[in-house]
Parts: sequence; structure tokens; C-alpha cells
Amino acid sequence: MTGFVDRLRLADEQRAAFAAWPRRWWAGLPRPVRLGALVAFAAFLVALPILQPPVLTTTGTDFTGVLFTVGVYCLCALGLNIVVGLAGLLDLGYIGFFAVGAYSVAVFGSPQSKLATEYPWLVCIPIAIAISMVSGAILGGPTLRLRGDYLAIVTLGFGEIVRLTAVNSEVLGAAAGIPEVPRPPGERADGTRLFTIVDVTPFYWLVLALIFLVVLAGANLERSRVGRAWVAIREDEDVAQLMGVPTFRFKLWAFAMGAAVGGLSGALFASRQTFINPESFPVQTSLMFLAAVVIGGAGNKFGVVLGAVIVAYLPERLRSIDDGLLVVWYVSLVLGLATYLLLRRRGPRDGPRTYLRLGVVAGILAALPPLLLAMPEVFGSRGEIGQLRYLMFGLALIVMSVFRPQGLIPSRRRAIELEDRAKEVEPGATS
Amino acid sequence: MALLEITDLSVHYGRVRAVHEVSLTVAEGEIVTLIGANGAGKTTTMRALSGLQPVSSGRIHFDGEDITHLRADLRVIRGISQAPEGRGIFPGMSVRDNLDMGAYARRDRHLTRAADLERVFTLFPRLKERSRQAGGTLSGGEQQMLTIGRALMARPRLLLLDEPSMGLAPMLIGQIFEILQEINEQGTTILLVEQNAHRALSVADRAYILETGSIVATGTGSALLDDPSVRAAYLGVA
Amino acid sequence: MPRPERPAPTGPERPAGPGSGAPIRPTPDPGEPLLQIVDLTLRFGGVTALDRVSFDIRRGEILGLIGPNGAGKTTCFNAITGVCPPTAGTIRFRGTSLGRRKKHQITRLGIARTFQNIRLFPEMTALENVMVGADAHHRTSVPGAIFRLSPRHFAEERVCRAIAMEMLDRVGITERAHQIARNLPYGDQRRLEIARALATRPALLCLDEPAAGSNPAEKASLLELIRSLRDSGYTILLIDHDMKLVMGVTDRIVVLEFGRKIAEGLPAEIRENPAVVAAYLGVPDGSA
Repeated sequence: MTGFVDRLRLADEQRAAFAAWPRRWWAGLPRPVRLGALVAFAAFLVALPILQPPVLTTTGTDFTGVLFTVGVYCLCALGLNIVVGLAGLLDLGYIGFFAVGAYSVAVFGSPQSKLATEYPWLVCIPIAIAISMVSGAILGGPTLRLRGDYLAIVTLGFGEIVRLTAVNSEVLGAAAGIPEVPRPPGERADGTRLFTIVDVTPFYWLVLALIFLVVLAGANLERSRVGRAWVAIREDEDVAQLMGVPTFRFKLWAFAMGAAVGGLSGALFASRQTFINPESFPVQTSLMFLAAVVIGGAGNKFGVVLGAVIVAYLPERLRSIDDGLLVVWYVSLVLGLATYLLLRRRGPRDGPRTYLRLGVVAGILAALPPLLLAMPEVFGSRGEIGQLRYLMFGLALIVMSVFRPQGLIPSRRRAIELEDRAKEVEPGATS
Repeated sequence: MALLEITDLSVHYGRVRAVHEVSLTVAEGEIVTLIGANGAGKTTTMRALSGLQPVSSGRIHFDGEDITHLRADLRVIRGISQAPEGRGIFPGMSVRDNLDMGAYARRDRHLTRAADLERVFTLFPRLKERSRQAGGTLSGGEQQMLTIGRALMARPRLLLLDEPSMGLAPMLIGQIFEILQEINEQGTTILLVEQNAHRALSVADRAYILETGSIVATGTGSALLDDPSVRAAYLGVA
Repeated sequence: MPRPERPAPTGPERPAGPGSGAPIRPTPDPGEPLLQIVDLTLRFGGVTALDRVSFDIRRGEILGLIGPNGAGKTTCFNAITGVCPPTAGTIRFRGTSLGRRKKHQITRLGIARTFQNIRLFPEMTALENVMVGADAHHRTSVPGAIFRLSPRHFAEERVCRAIAMEMLDRVGITERAHQIARNLPYGDQRRLEIARALATRPALLCLDEPAAGSNPAEKASLLELIRSLRDSGYTILLIDHDMKLVMGVTDRIVVLEFGRKIAEGLPAEIRENPAVVAAYLGVPDGSA
């Protein structure tokens, strides 16, 4: 009597197992090997600004600066993932919290600030986090009673409100902004400052350490009562409440935690820039953060980090690419996509239509670059091919949302954990 | 000639086979029922018939025309109407508007609408009382009535019903099956999926029994009612 | 080191009898009203869904709530669980009025429910679904969990998991623990709903059409389950249209029609009650 559903479940598990093969392969390695690989990868990340690896490096833009920006995006994606991916609350104004964090450091730390408190950096950061959290709670208090579309619109407004407040407030430096934002303390052996405008490397290391901390804290929350409550709210808010989850309180917590991480990220950004003004926080950036979460796979920490890397790094890399390399990239992208689709789509339901659709997509992809290059009056000379990067990026987003709406590394934590946890079940404990 | 003819129909979800080479026919004017356990593939077959579920192989002919790959809305125009399981009503629309949606595909709806509404309201006086209420405020059983009423509004030649008795009061279950026989006598052919096998077999001219996606038995309703293995498996009588 | 803050969950092998089961507080006097509904009235816009309905649910009994479709049965559940606040009238649980308490507060007081059209958390595993229920009485929040510093966090996690596994075992779907709820067979989804409700450690369990869509075999085992739950001390309020189940398992029955109570009594009395036969049961029929 359990025929079809059982088979459906089996297929689901097989698919999950297939999706999880890298993880299984990883778990199968001996512990020292795993540890060694982790250490090596961490060392690689740390050494990136020194190594400046040839293929990865951006020419024309400071590679370390790009790395730092990517790190800031990763932090934001992790924070936004709590709100969007776990609790399922659509927040379109995340840049607002980022700005609150940045302005907090500037206002309390800069000697040029009207407040003239000139707190040191180490004092400013907790203040920035606290103020961001409070702003998250203030925004959440009245708005979290709204659902879905309405919440999205209100948060979108919030992002803009923060920016407009900054433009119109003398304390926040108005349109001119605030210079001389404090930098983290620390000295080199020779007595010069560690964190300077010139060398971004220490900032990059700092953001790397903070990403590690945030991933850890996020994982802890996810595996606790809090994480379960968030996911339950995402799945069915009414039922969650009927099962004893104080939904309002946990939604507020999700907002506050998301805001705290966003504020922290903004504070780092401000310290690195040393100068901020309202133009540093355009509302579109919120959408880039959201794109990182969605591309990577909402609900999965590693997915959203990957998404942030793609969103922040790829356009920078494409900016400085030469024609030959671009063609190689492009061809491999198209080939990879085609291979993936052919492998994935092989099912009994495939008809001529599936292949027709695939053909059209591949055709458009293949025809686009020559078409664009043939129109120099629109896109400038061949030397400015980097101009196309946002266009290609947008195209990649569309393709993603059509063929893999669940994200690159979808949230399959339960299915993936299946194997580990199956051991815990008492065999034969059932009727 | 059969009004509906299914030949070797298979349906897959991804790589999982839900329905395997099912062949069945429904002649004009018949009531045919499909019974089987949860997960046997009954609902999937119905969804394939109404065009909501793509077919992997096999053919569906309706009134001599191959409709295997026809879009769902075009099938409604051909005269196939489904009352889906799980009460797919439009919660924000009034009961009356929900019913009107049933006649959406009919070009002559302005001529027949009043009479059809009257018929549905006669069958379900409860819906008439609530005709201005939003569909979502109805109770579960009332939504079930609305689903059936909406399917009737399409004046189908073939009515597909998925578990019409689910969540209905005992007395109403009796009424529903009386109504089915009544509209059948008025000329509507009915394909019925039911968990309440006893009732379904009592009204059906013929029946098919599905198990794990395949048809394992077929016969007239009364013959299957007397079949000891069917009684044990689906009627709950040892 | 961490110490459990409340008694470890009792196993299914605990002694039978009223008061020995899951309720957090021992039940002092079997037979006294656990829930009292007094003149409950509910209006939506112009529609009166419930009109001065009064009845009691006694400790340790299974009370059936039946009536034609749209009579107000599910609305009654919604009023008890706080989904729809009453327009007038009071609901008293253990002697205190529920007033305008929030849904989650009512759950913590000891009332749990299932849903007519199954509403699980579809992307969570069966175990996680039940753990959400078991979390109802826990207090760990973000500060305790974020850096895993609070001993209470560990204690509650352990208790939560133990209760969840116990409840899955209770309804007989332990082997489904790590499967995603969406993929469970229909009957197991119904059982999982019951397990999730049980995990909130209720005194009163409200089941809304648990047998809908089930075949005779599933119905029979459901009947066994409901009986065993009553035997271990839960008080149960049951809505269903399956008369074999309702007549077979309930101690008393309340009948609603058009938002009013038209009858109350023992199953045998209800079966013979002419008003009920006319409004609901119809001509006796062995098939239902």
C-alpha cells in the first residue's frame, strides 16, 4: 500500500544523496586528511592577497580591495540568509542596516563628527552592532505583523529612509558625509599602523575571521530551538504558533540578528573606506545582497557565501578581462550549462519540446557576444568589453532562476544529514 | 465507441513511475470508478486526464480525438471537467464567482449560467445561503460541495471526481452519490476516484482497481463488491 | 553539568489509567471538567458561525464533536486554540478563562491540535516537525544558543529530542524520523500531525477529522491509537465524519447544527436521537 510515495521518497533521497556526494566523499576521508585540507584551504584564503594567483587576480583594480569587498558581501549574505533563508521574511532594505552600522562607527569615532565623542574603534564596533540590532527591532516591531509582499515593500522603504535621513541630518554629515572614520588598532613591528588606507590586506584578514565567527554562530543557531522555530515560521507561520512557537518574538530575533551582522559588515566597510556619505549606500545594493542569497541557495550558509563571491567578485573579474580569456570563459560557461542540462533533464518526460527549448537557450547564449561586439556604437570599442559584465551577469541570473531556482547549493541540510543521523535511530525500535 | 479511451498510460515524477501502462475505457453514459489504496496512482491518473500532469507514454483519446498532449484549458472546452482532490477553490472569490469560474471556458455561458447556477444551488442549498461569502471562509465540507458544483458548471460531457465524499457528513455522502446518479442519468459520463469503495462500487457501472500504479482487477461494480479479495482489501470486511 | 529542568519524558510503557500520561500536572480528580465552554458565540461579518454553544470536556474522556458540514465544528476548534477569538462567551481551561491569550500561550497551557487538511512543516524531517512541538515548553533563545554557552540549551536539546523520538514511537512511525515530511505516505502524515501535537505535552488533544481520506485498515489502526492515547491519560476532543470511528471510540458526543448544539449524550443515545438522525446521520447505512 505504500507503493508510489515510497518510491518518490526513495528518488528524493537518491537525488539528495547524489547532490551530497561531495560531502559524502569528504566525510569518507580520514580525519587527518580532512583537517589538513581544511588548514590548507584556510591558509590559501589567508594568503590570497600575498599570492595574487594569476587567473584569479583582477588587473586594473586592486585585488586585495576586491577580496575585502567580497568578504563584506559574504557577511551581508550570511546575515540576510538568517532573515530570508531561514525565517522566510523577504527583506529588500538590508542596505539600511549596513548603513546604520557604517554611520554608527563614523559618528561615534570620527574626530570630524558633530558628536565629537571620538571613541576608539574597539568601542565603536559593539556600539554599531547594538544600534543596528535596535534598528532591526524598531523596524521589525510594527512591520513583522505584515506578511509577504507588504513586508518586502516596507523594508524597501526602510533602506531608502536611512539614506535620506543621512542626507538631511547634520549630525550624520548630510550629503557631504563623514571623513576620518576610525580604523582598527594594531601596529607592525616597526611601529607603523597595521590598518592603513594603502594596504587592505589586514582588513581582508579581519573580515575573513569575522566570516568564520558568523558562520559558526549561524550554525549554532540553526541547530537549536531557535533555528527550528525560524524554519517552522517559514514553512507555516500559523501552525508554528499553534505548536507553541512565539512567532513574533522569533521573527524579531531573526530581524535583529540579520541587522547585527549587516551592521557589523557596514562598520568594517566604513573603517576601510575612512570616508562615507549617503551615496555609499544605494538601495540597489540591497538587491545585490538578495541576489547573493538566492543564487547561492537560500537557507544554506555555504551556498550564500558562494553566491556572495559570485555576485561581488565576478563583475570585478570581468571588468579587467581580455578578449581571449573572455571567449574561453564564455564557451566553458555555455558548454557547462549544456552538459548540466542534458544530464539533469534526461527523463521519460523529455520530449522534442525540451530539446527545442534547450536549443533556443543555447542559441541565444552563443549569438549574444558577437551580436554585442558588432554594435560598437552601443557598447563602446572592443577595449571596453568590460562594460558588458553587468549584462552578462544579469543573463547568468536569468538562466539561474529558470533552471536552478533553488540556488547553487540548495538547502538540503536535512537530507544531507540523513546519513549521519540515521545511526542515531534505534534499529527495530518501531512497531 | 468509448467516450474516453486510455491506452498504456504511464506517468513519471522525475524518474519515479507513478502510473504504469494503465489502459481503461469509459463509454458514454457510464459511471466508472477507480479504487485503490493511498499512493496507488489514482490521483495521478486523474491529473493526467485533466492535463495537469504530463504523460510519459501512452495515449488518451477523448471522443475519438487524441488529447494526450492537449493543454488543460482546451480539454475543458472539449468537455472534460475535474473536481480536484484537496479542494482547489479560489479562496478570495465569492462562492458565486467560484461557480462562475467553472463556466469560464464555455462560450455560451451567458445563456446557460442562470440555469446552471440554479441547478447547483438546488443540489447544494448550503452554497446558495453562502453565495456572497468568500470561498475561503467556507468549512471544509462546504468547500468540497463548491468544488463539485464548480465542475458541474462547466456542463461537462465527462466529469472527473477525485474523492468527492472526503470530509462530508454521512447524510451528505448519501446525497452526493444520489446526485451523481442523477446527473449521470441526465447524460453526464462520470469517472470517479473514491476511498469509500463500498459506496463507489454501489453506484458504478464498472470499476478498475489500481495497485502501485497498475490495474490489477476490473469488472462490474456489483461483481467487485462480491469479490472476497476486494472485500478484504478495500471494504474493510474480513 | 546540565540537568533536565522537568521530568524526563515518560515512555509508552508507563502505567495505563487516567492521569498517568503526558499532562504536565497530575490530574487530581478524573471526571471533573477540564475544558468548559460557556455560551460561546462567534460571528464573522454577518455570519453567525457559533451561537451560544456550551459544553464541558471531562478529564480523561474522548468527546466526539459531530454535525453537518458547516455546522461550526472546526470553528469551535479554532476558538479553543485561539485562532478565532470568541465574539462572546467564555472558554475555561482548568478553571481559568482563556481570555484573549495568544495561540502559542494556549498551546503551552496544554491544548494541542491537528488539522483537517494536513498542515505539517513540509521541508522539515518528521523528527524536526515533532521537535518544534516539543520546544513549546522550552526557553532557550538566541543568547543561549548562539555560542552554545548555556547549559540549559544542552539540557533542553536532549529532552526535546527524546520527547520527539518517543512521540514518533508512540504513533508508530519511528522509521520515518529522518524523512522529509512532504514525502511521507498520507497515513503517516496524519500520524505525524498527532505526534507533533502530543510533543507539546497537552492535557487536551483536539483531532480534526483524523480519518479523512484513510482506507478501512488505516481507520482501524487509528481507532486503536486514539484509544491507547486515552488510556494513558490524554483528554481528547474528536471531530470526524466516520461514524464507525466516532461511535467506536468516544465516551460522549456533542452534536452541532447551524452553529447551535442540538444534542449531547452517549454514543448510543446520539445514534437514536431523531434530531441527529434527521440533521446528520440520515438513513442508517453500514457503509460509512
